[in-house]
Amino acid sequence: MSKFEFSRRTILKSSAAGLAALSSAGFPRLAHASDLTVGIVYVGPRDDFGWNQAHAVAAAALKAVPGVTVVEEENVPETIAVQKSMESMINLDGAKLIFATSFGYYKPFVLDVAAKYPDVEFRHAAPLWTEGDPKNAGSYFGYLDQAHFVDGVAAGLSTTSNKLGFVAAKPIGTVLRNINSFLLGARKVNPEATVQVIFTGEWSMPVREAEAANALVDAGCDVLTCHVDGPKVVIETAESRGVKCCGHNASQAPLAPNGFITGAEYKWETIYKMFAADLAEGEPLPNFTGGGFDVDFVRSTPYGAGATEAAIASADAARADVKAGKPIFVGPINKQDGTQLLAAGASFDNYEPSLDQTDYLIEGVQGSIT
Amino acid sequence: MRLKHQGIGMADTTETPGLAVQSSLGGDLMDRLRRSAEYVVIPLLALVFSGLLFSIFLLSLGKSPVDFFSLVWRGGFGTSFSWQNTLVRSAPLVFTALCVAIPARLGLVIIGGEGALVLGGFAAAAIAVPMIDWAPSFLILGVMAIAGMLAGGLWIGCVGALRHYRGVNETIASLLMFYIAVSILNFFVEGAMRDPSDPNKPSTRPIGSDNMIGVIPGTDVHWGLLVGVVLCALLYLLMNRTTFGFAAQIAGGNLRAAKAQGLPVGRLVVVSCAIAGACAGLAGFFEVAAIHGKANASLIAGYGFTGILVSFLARHNPLVIIPVAFFLGGIAASGGLIQRRMDLPDATVLVLQGLLFLVILVSETFYGRFSIFKSKGGTQ
Repeated sequence: MSKFEFSRRTILKSSAAGLAALSSAGFPRLAHASDLTVGIVYVGPRDDFGWNQAHAVAAAALKAVPGVTVVEEENVPETIAVQKSMESMINLDGAKLIFATSFGYYKPFVLDVAAKYPDVEFRHAAPLWTEGDPKNAGSYFGYLDQAHFVDGVAAGLSTTSNKLGFVAAKPIGTVLRNINSFLLGARKVNPEATVQVIFTGEWSMPVREAEAANALVDAGCDVLTCHVDGPKVVIETAESRGVKCCGHNASQAPLAPNGFITGAEYKWETIYKMFAADLAEGEPLPNFTGGGFDVDFVRSTPYGAGATEAAIASADAARADVKAGKPIFVGPINKQDGTQLLAAGASFDNYEPSLDQTDYLIEGVQGSIT
Repeated sequence: MRLKHQGIGMADTTETPGLAVQSSLGGDLMDRLRRSAEYVVIPLLALVFSGLLFSIFLLSLGKSPVDFFSLVWRGGFGTSFSWQNTLVRSAPLVFTALCVAIPARLGLVIIGGEGALVLGGFAAAAIAVPMIDWAPSFLILGVMAIAGMLAGGLWIGCVGALRHYRGVNETIASLLMFYIAVSILNFFVEGAMRDPSDPNKPSTRPIGSDNMIGVIPGTDVHWGLLVGVVLCALLYLLMNRTTFGFAAQIAGGNLRAAKAQGLPVGRLVVVSCAIAGACAGLAGFFEVAAIHGKANASLIAGYGFTGILVSFLARHNPLVIIPVAFFLGGIAASGGLIQRRMDLPDATVLVLQGLLFLVILVSETFYGRFSIFKSKGGTQ
């Protein structure tokens, strides 16, 4: 992976540039799109108010593109079933582009099927593709921590107890990074703010998520957010307990008409439309594409009733800063154990590769990884 | 053939095995055919009836049953790709169904085969990891298979021991032990045995692509399916052609009588459960060695639970498990196509499976009720 990081940055930049050109042109090429069948595989239900729904929303947007047919399959486990689902889409539906949207689909399933069907393009929603993997496979992903940072800014101005609650699934890199960014956002506007985190241990464990959300409110947290597959339970619990909340993955605004502030959302449709347009044009798809606000791969959910004017103003400003490349990780930052992550004055670029391997929580986050 | 229909099904409590054995021993060929026909006709009628029920369900949703069943055919059996899809999905079901079928001969209802599968897969991966640097692949695979069988066998063997020596209900025990198995897997793959190079999906280290089991030439189907079929045949022979199988069936028919006869009931229970667990453990081994290449939470895919359905549909007959596993594998294989073409949720296929299960269970009460199937010199 480390050897690869250099070229990855280049790809990020080039895909950003290509995207900017594309979006400014408003996808005119799609008017001439020949028939293209796109297959999308989800690991859970499409209406989970979370990860899968974020992709399904994008699939719906893709369906509206003339000449594009979308075939979808939900609740496909990370077993041989996903390999056969993809092959079935290719063999029985004529799919030419497959989006495999769950982390565990990649190895070995996407790799195996990509090698077997060289004429079909496969793209997988996590940064896993490396040199040496099939050329017709690739990765796409959004840096959601940028949006969690913006959430943190809004949350930091919405709390009176200065305690923010975070319900997290597993203590893995992307989750830890989102928690850290959320705290950094809150600290930016409210140096007293702390984030209390509870790990449920599973991607989807509604009972434990509700327990965790309740425990956080009981502990004095007055803004909740989360990183679990389907944030529905956390958001609903926050609303019923009368505290505010920030969303994750997709829009949960309808679930909390009183307390919803904003949320960190993926905007997969940007990528899906881009790839469909590339294929229609006969152009090769990038093997590796990812980004945040700068390339329109993530977005903030429109503000809900829980957002104050001050929070809205600061969150808008923070989003503009991140979009312009202003760093989120600015020193001094210590890890939870007291060791230094960044000295005063130092900062990480928002696409700093080592952040992908985050295995720590930073000072100000309460709660243990183990 | 004579003894095979004395399986311990849910409705068999009304029969007295001893009498039935005697009568079919004395019956002529026509009588035997007549009696055998019952075990073909009733399940077939049950299939048709559940199809009809399911059609009503579809019609109430405004969907065409004809479309549905033709898509099941196309997605599961209609093309060479579909067949391979079906067979690949059947392979683990054959093993997990055996995990239910073997103890069922003793009257035990084991529903925790999933736990044995998970632990079998984990044990196989765990033992392979320290070997990959020095051992040849045949040795690694052999050791993995043994480790998988041992882990699964010990797991369900414990269920049998709890049942016999402590009187713990084997159904509940095996189900609850499934959750313990999952916790054991998670404890190790998220802790001591975690592959540090993969921060986002906790797994053991990979066993290496050179050590993976390949596919049967000309197909996409790994060798596990063939092993499963052979195992079904061997276990059929064990349960129907050996004194062990005979003793197990006596114990299943009447535990007290078996004890009074001096049969080693405790050993029969524990050994049968251990064999059953070893079958599920082998399923876990093949998932790791032929599909995933490592152990992680993807092992928990529900094969153990679908295996219960397969075994009941097959009336716990190891030979019948094979076609039934193909049948349910085919339904699973067509599930995706049905979602995509008919815009039905994936749970549709589960509804069909549930209906099948219910109707088959109810149909068990019809055995012995139709005089057409009774032998002339009948038992009653």
